[in-house]
Amino acid sequence: MLYRESGQFITSYAADRSIFRLKQERLGFTLLLAVAFVVVPFIGNDYWFSAILIPFLVLSLAAIGLNILTGYAGQLSVGSAAFMAVGAFAAYNFHLRIEGLPFLLSFLLGGFVAALVGLVFGLPSLRIKGFYLLGPTLAAQFFIEWVLTNFSWFSNNSSSGVITAPQLLIAGHDFSTPVGRYLITLLIVVALGFLAKSIVRSELGRNFMAVRDMDTAAAVIGISISKTKLLAFAISAFLLGIAGSLWAFTYLGTVEPHGFDLTRSFQILFIIIIGGMGSILGNFLGAAFIVLLPILLSNIASILFAGSVDPGQLENIQKIIFGLLIIFFLIKEPLGLAKIWQTFKQRARVWPLRF
Amino acid sequence: MNFFFEVLIGGLLAGLMYSLVAIGFVLIYKASGVFNFAQGSMVLFSALTFVSLLERSVPFWVSFLITLLTMLVLAWGIERFVLRPLVNRPPITLFMATLGLSYIVEGLAQAVWGAQVHGLDLGINDEPFELFGILISQFDLFAAAVAGVLVIVLSLLFSKTRTGIALRAVADDQLAALAIGIKLQKLWFIVWAVAGFVGLVAGLLWGARLGVQFSLSLIVLKALPVLIIGGFTSIGGAVAGGLIIGASEKLAEVFIGPYIGGGIENWFPYVLASLFLLVRPAGIFGERAIERV
Repeated sequence: MLYRESGQFITSYAADRSIFRLKQERLGFTLLLAVAFVVVPFIGNDYWFSAILIPFLVLSLAAIGLNILTGYAGQLSVGSAAFMAVGAFAAYNFHLRIEGLPFLLSFLLGGFVAALVGLVFGLPSLRIKGFYLLGPTLAAQFFIEWVLTNFSWFSNNSSSGVITAPQLLIAGHDFSTPVGRYLITLLIVVALGFLAKSIVRSELGRNFMAVRDMDTAAAVIGISISKTKLLAFAISAFLLGIAGSLWAFTYLGTVEPHGFDLTRSFQILFIIIIGGMGSILGNFLGAAFIVLLPILLSNIASILFAGSVDPGQLENIQKIIFGLLIIFFLIKEPLGLAKIWQTFKQRARVWPLRF
Repeated sequence: MNFFFEVLIGGLLAGLMYSLVAIGFVLIYKASGVFNFAQGSMVLFSALTFVSLLERSVPFWVSFLITLLTMLVLAWGIERFVLRPLVNRPPITLFMATLGLSYIVEGLAQAVWGAQVHGLDLGINDEPFELFGILISQFDLFAAAVAGVLVIVLSLLFSKTRTGIALRAVADDQLAALAIGIKLQKLWFIVWAVAGFVGLVAGLLWGARLGVQFSLSLIVLKALPVLIIGGFTSIGGAVAGGLIIGASEKLAEVFIGPYIGGGIENWFPYVLASLFLLVRPAGIFGERAIERV
């Protein structure tokens, strides 16, 4: 009984539908946000912001995007990085070609362009399902990468398609420092995280899950399969597009199309497998895992073997460990880290009893 | 016109090389419904093992046998530690498991044998010869012949032997197959071992063509449109799909490429396959699924 819920009565429908129904959960979440927004900017250093926190947040958002498509709507995709690239390059062009457009607005527009492209590449999903979807999503991955590399208009004629971040100005304040970039990323990710959570709890989210679990049955009870699938592709690509803008402009600063290659798509897929398919929290847990594990491994290697391990070999070992972890998770905990957290919460609720 | 036919034939022969990889997929998909993403890494693993043994001056046939043995051990390990615990899970879970598997096998191959590029010479003369004024690569012809023999042998295996018939029963209905006393685990081991063997053959041919290196594991991606066009469950379809993909991508690169900027080979097969799916969602030879709630 680490926390008790007795005495907390729900007296309105609104309270019953809220995301955090318990006082403890509300308090915990508020504290978490307060720490993230207020405490971390004071105690964090540049390394933490630039190398850990920002990529963690951006990858979480990207994973939310993919999770809506794959985890909730059940449409397998290995082209997520392509939609990130679309978002990043569209945002760059909007900012470049429209005088005085605030960069937050260009991120948003970039997201909409990505959603449109996602819609187009989602069209084959109306006729096919399952593994066959690998085809169109791989088509998106390779085709978009090729377009962005080959047509230099998209990168304002820079060499090899490299784009550079605009100055991150909000209302005259420069947010280009690591702390500023962290705060922008955090704000956007938290806002879109709430949006995603609301979507998956809404009627639309339930339609997604119905289509995932059995599309024929969903059609029988009157859910429009084509509308649902296309919306899943569009929403997913929208979130991925904004994640792409953040990846390019608040995390890396400069990026080329090959920064969004197939490896990145797989990385995002691994995040949702490890974090938990069909969970919003899982994306954050999975992203933290994926960002921290390589750092942890290289630290362990440098402590144990003091630099005698060749970096190439370390990468191989890392690959093997990732592979083992994925299989381990699929066998032991197919719902991922999110499920482990839920089990823990349940245990804490009834502790010290078993049930 | 000669040039057109040269490109076409070159493409068709290259397509058969894709088919070699695709056949490995089809075998496993037919028998267990698993979309085996690790096929590409198995190709890399076998080719790397073989070439490294060869470089340590092990005779050709001995290294071939050792590599084959390694692939058998790998197949056994995969059946025992990956497939068996995951039996009865949704196909998407199994696919992701093979994704993890591909990471393990790739990492293992490179950790053991190193990441440098190895040349592989199978002793096949690669001088093109001329036929009716068209230049044809001998190596490609040899690869095509190997692919043809494999297809015939595998088709016979599937239709004539007891194991093959059992495999088809498993593909039709796992539960029913179990009920009449077919040993699922033994069959899975067999089919992964055969896929490993096909992977070894593909690895040798592709390795001789491109050099044995990491990018070998990426040909798995090129096999995908081949499968989509041919259907996931048909060996003949894999060959037909390979021919279509090989020919169309080479023709597109040569005749359309110059107008919109080169390098369209990289994405053309996928776009073609996606368009194809709109017309025939189950591929040319694939089985149309009948659904009920």
